Amino acid sequence: MKLTINGEVKSYQENLTVQQLLEKLNLSPERVVVELNRNILSPDMHIKTELKSEDTIELVQFVGGG
Amino acid sequence: MDQLIIAGRAFNSRLLVGTGKFASNQVMVAAMEHSGSEIVTVALRRVDIDNPEDSLLTHIDPNRYLLLPNTSGARDAEEAIRLARLARAAGCEPWIKLEVTPDPYYLLPDPIETLKAAEVLVKEGFVVLPYMPADPVLAKHLEEIGTATVMPLGAPIGTNRGVRTRDLIAIIIEQANVPVIVDAGLGAPSHAAEAMEMGADAVLVNTALADTPNPALMAQAFRKGTEAGREAYLAGLGTERQQAEASSPLTGFLRND
Repeated sequence: MKLTINGEVKSYQENLTVQQLLEKLNLSPERVVVELNRNILSPDMHIKTELKSEDTIELVQFVGGG
Repeated sequence: MDQLIIAGRAFNSRLLVGTGKFASNQVMVAAMEHSGSEIVTVALRRVDIDNPEDSLLTHIDPNRYLLLPNTSGARDAEEAIRLARLARAAGCEPWIKLEVTPDPYYLLPDPIETLKAAEVLVKEGFVVLPYMPADPVLAKHLEEIGTATVMPLGAPIGTNRGVRTRDLIAIIIEQANVPVIVDAGLGAPSHAAEAMEMGADAVLVNTALADTPNPALMAQAFRKGTEAGREAYLAGLGTERQQAEASSPLTGFLRND
């Protein structure tokens, strides 16, 4: 499965849900907002949402800013 | 009690601080504490998935500070709206510092895209605090569509040059029915004091605090500058005169002419 995550193309052997992807990337769901194909996913959807090849995912978080 | 009221919410501090560009999270927290601020801005960016960092939010006490996410990096209304929605999805209260800056050299806010984005976000229930050029007509338009404040710039972001837009900000303050927060370009506590003496409701500072070897001390100085300016405004500044007016009695001199 080929996913574009934050602009980078990544390949995975297995099928993944959003929650499994976050676990694989060592990201805790409380600190990251997930946008899948330009739609914001609420945290309760992470476990239910299966990723498909060619999906585009944005993972964003708060950083320092003025 | 002299409080700053934004969208019905009361704050005791009139100094808002940004969290960007500090040498470490510890230095940032010390600056926030010394500033006395109750509102701190943050930005939203992609996670570096190969090298995820410690979350900023673990360092900011949500009971002490209202987190005000900004839409920095947005080049048009659409990008700003997307960032605002993402910030809300992160579990923040729906407050947003709207920032649309297409030009990377001066980072000046785009008045047309800012107004467009503000219109959409207000309808979606956001409390919108727009960063804007010091344009009194634009300030009126933003207020009319329902922004919670207007935030005219003193000088371009990060320039530390002070209230260069003074005369226009004075008109904005005179006409506004929402709080006026002077944002950007304030580089010294005297700049914050100047804006507050003019009647601004609050000021927002980031670079000036991060741009010094001692951010905590500078934050404390800005706190005092902001408070001094506010108190002078409330007291009422004396009239400017062309000629001298003696402060000592003009009688009883030790001479006979």
